[in-house]
Amino acid sequence: MSSILPQLLTGLATASSLFLISAGLTIIFGVSRIVNFSHGSLMMLGAYIGWSILTRLPREPEWFALGVLATALATAIIGVVLEMAVLRRVYRSPELFQLLATFGVVLIIQDVTLLLWGPTELPLPRPRWLRGFVEVAGSRFPLYDLVLIAIGPLVLGLLWLALNRTRWGTLVRAATLDREMVAALGVDQRRLFTSVFALGAGLAGLGGALSLPNASANLGIDLSVIADAFVVVVVGGLGSLPGAFLASVLIGVLQAFGIVLVPKITLVLVFLVMAVVLVFRPNGLLGRPQTEAREATVAAPVVRPAPPALRLLGAVTLALAVAAPFIVGGYYLTVLTDACVAILFATSLHFMMGPGGMASFGHAAWFGIGAYAAGLLLHWAGAPMPLGLLAAPVAAGLVSGLFGLFVVRLSGVYLAMLTLAFAQIAWAVSFQWVEVTGGDNGLLGVWPPDWARDPRLYYWMALALSVGVALLLRRALYAPYGYALRAARDSTPRARAIGLDVEGLRMVALVIAGAACGLGGAIFAYGKGGVFPTYISIPHSVEALLMVLLGGLQTVAGPIVGALVYTGLADILVRSTDLWRLVLGAVIVVLVVAFPEGIAGAVRRLWLRGREA
Amino acid sequence: MSVLSVQGLGKSFGGVQAVSGVSFSVAPGEMLALIGPNGAGKSTLFNMVGGQLQPDAGSVTLGGATISGLGPRAVARQGVGRTFQITATFGSMTVRENVQMALLSHRREIWCFWRSVAERFGAEADALLAQVGLEAQAERATGVLAYGDLKRLELAVALGNAPRLLLMDEPTAGMAPAERVALMQLTRRLATERGIAVLFTEHDMDVVFDVADRILVLDRGALIAEGDGPAIRANPAVRAVYLGTDAGSH
Amino acid sequence: MEVTRRLVLGASGALAMPGLLRAQGTAPIRIGEINSYTAQPAFTLPYRNAMQLAVEETNARGGVLGRALELITRDDAGRPQDAVRLAGELVNDLKVDVLAGAYLSNVGLALGEYATQNKRLYIAGEPLTDAMVWERGNRYTFRLRPSTYMQASILAEEASKLPAKRWVTVSPNYEFGQSAVKWFRQLLSARRPDVQFVGEQWPALGRVDAGATVQALEGMRPDGILNVLFGTDLTNFVRQGNTRGLFERRTVVSLLTGEPEYLDPLGDEAPEGWIVTGYPGEAIDTPAHKAFAGAYRAKFNAKPMCGSLVGYSLINSIAAGIAKAGSVEVEKMVEGFRGARFDTPAGSAEYRAIDQQGTLGVYVGKTALRGNAGVMTDWRYIDGKDLLPSDEVVRGLRPAGAN
Repeated sequence: MSSILPQLLTGLATASSLFLISAGLTIIFGVSRIVNFSHGSLMMLGAYIGWSILTRLPREPEWFALGVLATALATAIIGVVLEMAVLRRVYRSPELFQLLATFGVVLIIQDVTLLLWGPTELPLPRPRWLRGFVEVAGSRFPLYDLVLIAIGPLVLGLLWLALNRTRWGTLVRAATLDREMVAALGVDQRRLFTSVFALGAGLAGLGGALSLPNASANLGIDLSVIADAFVVVVVGGLGSLPGAFLASVLIGVLQAFGIVLVPKITLVLVFLVMAVVLVFRPNGLLGRPQTEAREATVAAPVVRPAPPALRLLGAVTLALAVAAPFIVGGYYLTVLTDACVAILFATSLHFMMGPGGMASFGHAAWFGIGAYAAGLLLHWAGAPMPLGLLAAPVAAGLVSGLFGLFVVRLSGVYLAMLTLAFAQIAWAVSFQWVEVTGGDNGLLGVWPPDWARDPRLYYWMALALSVGVALLLRRALYAPYGYALRAARDSTPRARAIGLDVEGLRMVALVIAGAACGLGGAIFAYGKGGVFPTYISIPHSVEALLMVLLGGLQTVAGPIVGALVYTGLADILVRSTDLWRLVLGAVIVVLVVAFPEGIAGAVRRLWLRGREA
Repeated sequence: MSVLSVQGLGKSFGGVQAVSGVSFSVAPGEMLALIGPNGAGKSTLFNMVGGQLQPDAGSVTLGGATISGLGPRAVARQGVGRTFQITATFGSMTVRENVQMALLSHRREIWCFWRSVAERFGAEADALLAQVGLEAQAERATGVLAYGDLKRLELAVALGNAPRLLLMDEPTAGMAPAERVALMQLTRRLATERGIAVLFTEHDMDVVFDVADRILVLDRGALIAEGDGPAIRANPAVRAVYLGTDAGSH
Repeated sequence: MEVTRRLVLGASGALAMPGLLRAQGTAPIRIGEINSYTAQPAFTLPYRNAMQLAVEETNARGGVLGRALELITRDDAGRPQDAVRLAGELVNDLKVDVLAGAYLSNVGLALGEYATQNKRLYIAGEPLTDAMVWERGNRYTFRLRPSTYMQASILAEEASKLPAKRWVTVSPNYEFGQSAVKWFRQLLSARRPDVQFVGEQWPALGRVDAGATVQALEGMRPDGILNVLFGTDLTNFVRQGNTRGLFERRTVVSLLTGEPEYLDPLGDEAPEGWIVTGYPGEAIDTPAHKAFAGAYRAKFNAKPMCGSLVGYSLINSIAAGIAKAGSVEVEKMVEGFRGARFDTPAGSAEYRAIDQQGTLGVYVGKTALRGNAGVMTDWRYIDGKDLLPSDEVVRGLRPAGAN
């Protein structure tokens, strides 16, 4: 009983930390509509820069405060550089390309941080005053956590003043509501965006520096923070600062008591909260519905059947692929098998995301469910591979159908975020439920039967399945169903007005995409001999996005091109340099800036140049 | 025998009565205009007929069957076509494919995963396009069409559903005056030929008096007048609340 | 051809043999090593350094079977699926004779699966999971480092000597954490039927909510705490625990916390009096260790970390195994590695024939502060062979087909 108050205060301290990391993200999103994946990286930089500054300053509180502010300023400047160098060039690109660009930045910052500060975690030595405590209900409560509890509302208040009592704030709020309108008023959007990004980055840096007394500067901050921040921002409502604060308090306090009551499932708990909130309040606690007008004005190009030259190229490529085992050595055969899986992974995501208009940040969930379905069947029932390959798409399709029941009414970033939440829940279950899934050790011994064990045979099987499914998906896209799906994406009111069942079409797209992706997971599992939670990790989901967007969202061949290019690129990079993240990140950024319509899209444009009036 | 019959329809938003006690009907081949000053409740009424809004009171029947309470999709399935104030077409498709979609939906062929769309109802789509004068544009992307052509495409798409009732929300908004009359005369002709009942809202009184068989006047959520053009022009209540406020003297 | 290959390999951290040995006309013995170099750099880089040191020293002594050792390393990015793919590259394209490596347990298990499936020898260095050599053990997989069971068993033994009766556990919620807690409870309860486990905390790995966790543990009023947190989780946990007084007048036993990889970052907040497993580093004054630590410092200008000890010993064990086998033919190597003795800076060890587990031991001691840094004091080295269960138990744990 006596522990309720300290636990509540602890939850509030956590809430302040969560608010600090999410405030910048939500402000940036509100104005620029950019889902800034690199926000966690900015906070990580804040922690490292803060460490470098604070360890050089005297250890008194006033110097600490000064150092923290200096850190926020430094990260704000980094934010300005980032905005001017990268983001400014992609504002006109489709939303997801901006996400991709910021993910490239994540990779770059990871390696840069490693190069600058080294691999070891760097905790800030705490002076005496930072170790102080007060007695609360018979427990010691850290003084610094009290400071944190105060800082959250303080920052909220200052931001509120800045947004409501300054001309700059008026413009920001106006831009949050209606970007076109602000542009029409003749406001210099560039400077507005740059200043907003600087503020967001500064807040991330502030959060990073303020985390130092309780934690350390380390290389894991970026991804763990971004997942937390996404949850808070989405639960609160994208772009809503008070919403982010409310969500922080909700999650912080719930987590503090969850740890006492259900210590084993705290990770799942947070994402469950997010899922429940979004099901009942699709725009978050205090969020407004997203204006759809902008999406509608950026009309997708007309999808036309592939020209004969492209069909020929495809046929030649396929012939080469079939003959590959006679040409390349053992290792490249594995890479090619991986590429087959990547094709399934990417085409299935493209199916729901391109024609379906439903972006996913958690596509790896279906991949993992398929893989686990095959692995668990083998492990617990001794099911042979053909049964596993059948069960995988069925299981993934069923689960994605169930998932679809809850999310099919959502759209845009909220839907994408819910897919992320679902993938995180699936990951947590596979990682933590050791008795059933084997935890991170995974399910082992998932090998093909003897007749399919020859790598060449397995490759041909993977090729047949992936190309077969890809062709089926393509067929469906040129069939009435695919057109109807695209119709629902192009104009939902029009689709309904001609009698199309928009929800039904989307549900089926989710099921098809889930099933195809699940099959890919199973093929992958048998190829690697095991199933591991890493199949469902956030970076794996991002890989699917990378492939689709690299290839191009608006062409049917795009995801295949993207899958092949990404698989090849990643393989070469990982084997040739320890700095592969830096190079990969740079390549992504350059590609996004140079080819906003993806590789296949760019080729298509060049091909069509002069051929179409 | 009327196609559409609306009885005592009412809707309020947070205590504000947007529409109350509205009753009317539309006969096959009839063009019925719904007019009224801004805020009169035209859009609310329109959306209740189209299924986008659920009425609080009253009923909407189509050919004797109740359609109020159904969603827009079910209403469409009952044979109601509509066009939107802001044009809504499928931007990633050609003009012909837009019409093909309506035909495929009408013939219940949407859930086909195999047959190519290119092989389905191309000729019928072209015939519809010819009716609205778009046959030459069939291969073009909708994104490059002129605004008037988009409006005509919407009409063709709506016809693809073989509707008994056509709902047109501000069909001529944003068009040049000459185009307006042309579009509505086209609609008039199609309505007569196919026996379609047309309910439309319109700001342009020239268009209204030119093509409407009958006119409903809505003010503050209630019907204040109903009749043909000359009757409406002469109606003192209308003159007071509507035409009187309109500086132009139609 | 040779030149291009060397160029390519050089970029990814390959270590070619000295030119002298090449002149003898015998191809080097290739060790293909896979590890989480980018995902876990703090642990794997000192490890890789020490491997390179050991390869150089071995080659300076004339190599193995008259052939030099050549080490080729690959980064698995922390993903078992990548490790399996790279194992294929190392085996099929680069024709390595021995596979080695892994820091993460799942990477180790995946490589073990690859090894048994493709009948290749795989020597795991760092992975801790018991499954490596027991439940998922197989003929082709050997593991050097003391396992989770071995670490937990020495801590249970130490804990049984203490008066504490009410115990709580705090552990990252995944396989390593769960088995550490399971073994500790089982082994401590067997020695001390009077102890009670009154509560447990399972923060998600890398995402501990330290304040709430400490507060929850405090609320359980324990006498003793078993901690299995490590890395950033440990840092956060210790800070909150220090401020909130969780560790005062309580016994804490803690897995791995004595390893400099985990102890050093705690700085002047390193807890005092925790009973930990770990690595005292340069405080070890046996001649073998002094030579190792001196050579390491001379070459890399840094103190050896626990990973360095493992990396160095790994190469030595591979050299000894191949020497005993007298061949790099896989089946002969399997037989040769079984029972192969090798020297490590910590002392002599062997790969047990019964389960192919190495008997590299565990340092156990207490944490203390020296200046602004945590160190291990009162430590002793326990040979790994004394930390393992009886042969019958081991036979029961290991699949029948694994031998």
